[in-house]
Amino acid sequence: MSSSHDLLLDVRGLTVRFPTPDGVVQAVSDVSFTLSRGETLGVVGESGSGKSVSNLAIMGLLNQQRTAISGEVEFMGRNLLTLPPDELRKIRGKDIAMVFQDPFACLHPMYRVGWQIAEAVTAHASVGKKAAWARAVELLDHVGIPNAKSRARDFPHQFSGGMRQRAMIAMALVHNPSILICDEPTTALDVTVQAQILELIEAVKREFDIGVILVTHDLGVIAETATTVMVMYAGRIMEYGPAQQIFERPQHPYAWGLLDSMPSVEKRLSALVPIEGAPPSLLSPPSGCPFHPRCRYRFEPCPTERPPLAVPTQAPDAHADACHLSWEAKQREGGKRSIARLGDAA
Amino acid sequence: MNASENLVEIEHLTKRFAVKQGVFARGRAEVHAVEDISLNVRRGETLGIVGESGCGKSTTARLILRLLEPTSGTLRFDGHDISKLSQRALRPLRREMQMIFQDPYSSLNPRKTVGQIIGAPFAIHHAKGGRERVEELLETVGLSPEHYNRYPHEFSGGQRQRIGVARALALSPKLIVCDEPVSALDVSIQAQILNLLRNLQTEFNLTYVFISHDLSVIRQIADRIAVMYLGHIVELGDSESIYESPKHPYTAALLSAVPRPTTGGRQRIVLSGDVPSPVSPPAACVFHPRCPRFHEGHCDVETPLLRELGPRHEAACHYPLERWPMSDAEVRQAEGATRADKPHLQGAAHDA
Repeated sequence: MSSSHDLLLDVRGLTVRFPTPDGVVQAVSDVSFTLSRGETLGVVGESGSGKSVSNLAIMGLLNQQRTAISGEVEFMGRNLLTLPPDELRKIRGKDIAMVFQDPFACLHPMYRVGWQIAEAVTAHASVGKKAAWARAVELLDHVGIPNAKSRARDFPHQFSGGMRQRAMIAMALVHNPSILICDEPTTALDVTVQAQILELIEAVKREFDIGVILVTHDLGVIAETATTVMVMYAGRIMEYGPAQQIFERPQHPYAWGLLDSMPSVEKRLSALVPIEGAPPSLLSPPSGCPFHPRCRYRFEPCPTERPPLAVPTQAPDAHADACHLSWEAKQREGGKRSIARLGDAA
Repeated sequence: MNASENLVEIEHLTKRFAVKQGVFARGRAEVHAVEDISLNVRRGETLGIVGESGCGKSTTARLILRLLEPTSGTLRFDGHDISKLSQRALRPLRREMQMIFQDPYSSLNPRKTVGQIIGAPFAIHHAKGGRERVEELLETVGLSPEHYNRYPHEFSGGQRQRIGVARALALSPKLIVCDEPVSALDVSIQAQILNLLRNLQTEFNLTYVFISHDLSVIRQIADRIAVMYLGHIVELGDSESIYESPKHPYTAALLSAVPRPTTGGRQRIVLSGDVPSPVSPPAACVFHPRCPRFHEGHCDVETPLLRELGPRHEAACHYPLERWPMSDAEVRQAEGATRADKPHLQGAAHDA
């Protein structure tokens, strides 16, 4: 357990609404979680589950005029959501840094990679050009770019996808942040390069003693890197707890559905069991439990009553989920989905 | 009806693209997209082609359909040599081969209704197929006949992909080439489409060439697999055999790199560097600059050919793996391997 001293981020009741001509998009609803030093929080969910939007809200990257954000995001005793823009700017990119999905889109094609990192250095520190360049080279070397000194003078198109993502991570590390938010950092990369980048993120986390939020749709990536897992669906948290518990004994039917529908590299399954239907529109999410229209375990309270995210009362050692099913049912069905099904032997 | 068990036969197929280099495009160079590949696709099977970006898997798919002109080599479809056929002569054969594309958003015309999209193949080939046939197809792929007059934007990604499948099925083809058909979809929807494709295969006796970068998807759907690297087939064989005992170090590295939802520790075979440029591929074995089992004076001199290393299992490697699973260290301990003592490079040293 982490002491309160190590607590980096405390998000309480984060809610994001986008008013549009068609109605209000309920992108994120009542999301609460914490992040401590040394923790990797894996946020998993399908497209439109609100996993990226919640992180953009934390970073203050959503247009305030067009978005209604409520709740609290406490970082070092201050609520980021109410901070004036200049104050927020001092934190963003310095104490909280972000790595995005597409390293092709994130680097300016017409400036040298080293220059772009040096610019990030000067953004938050009053250092000379030379010192900033030296820091850029040092960081590029640190994230495993060979011949960093000469490669820093390269343009982004001279870098491969994996190297660009390394450069993005170098840029994020410029000011020794305490939180690194990675939004689908490996989705655009090939599987062998993905493995290298995940290892780099893990190494960076240990070395700089920071907290990492890793957003992805890939349960495999989460299982390999996360210490805590948050499963999101239709803007809400469905299940939240230690990674090992979630993969050994998932408690929510949506998590079961995800595991059942995933093909395995370990063996050919007799049939995949997909989740029927499609994710709901966030303009008018279903009443009650947002997952109930697709849930094969639904019973009478599900369409009307929304289950709160809570630890089952019968099992204080279990983790939190938002489902009406009895603890016995969750234990029985969750046990079947334990990672054993996927053949741990290999 | 041709009695041969192979629907598609590819021999020494090569495709190179000319690229212009340098100021005023004075320099000429060639991208070696597909180099001298030979393989057969049997009737009723699913051949999976797997590899990383730029390995030539999509080019191979397009060559099979003759959407690209091969630079050299022969291609036989259902007994006919189609590598030299004119577009006009090819047309009657076109209806036997169809394609399902990766992106269900850009592969459907937003200005046409679903009925027009699925009905288009009938019009193009002057085949019989009215509204009834289209509605029947909609039902076959799990959509409702009422969707006939709707537009693509009214559908979700998974539903759009079903429309793409219905269009491919329209002319009752023998072969369907699926180019990453599920990689744009969420995992719960991906399973729906994979199950659909499998059911359709049994129902209509289809042959699939299924292209994917996702090794778990390939394992789920393919009967046989071709692993490609830099335009070459490095390993070819029955799916089970390849997943249970990969012979080529590249296949092994790919398999070990897949993140999976198991918590048990496992050894990852780390490849140094990045895929080299296909404009100037390495000499001899194209994998040698990254291979943990590299033998100097052999791998960079003599090109390994595909050879039988097990029942219905071929690999193009001078020093194939003896067993599986193997740890990174064990892979490196191939007798005489010159890279065994060299620690792997952290980054991308061999990049262009």
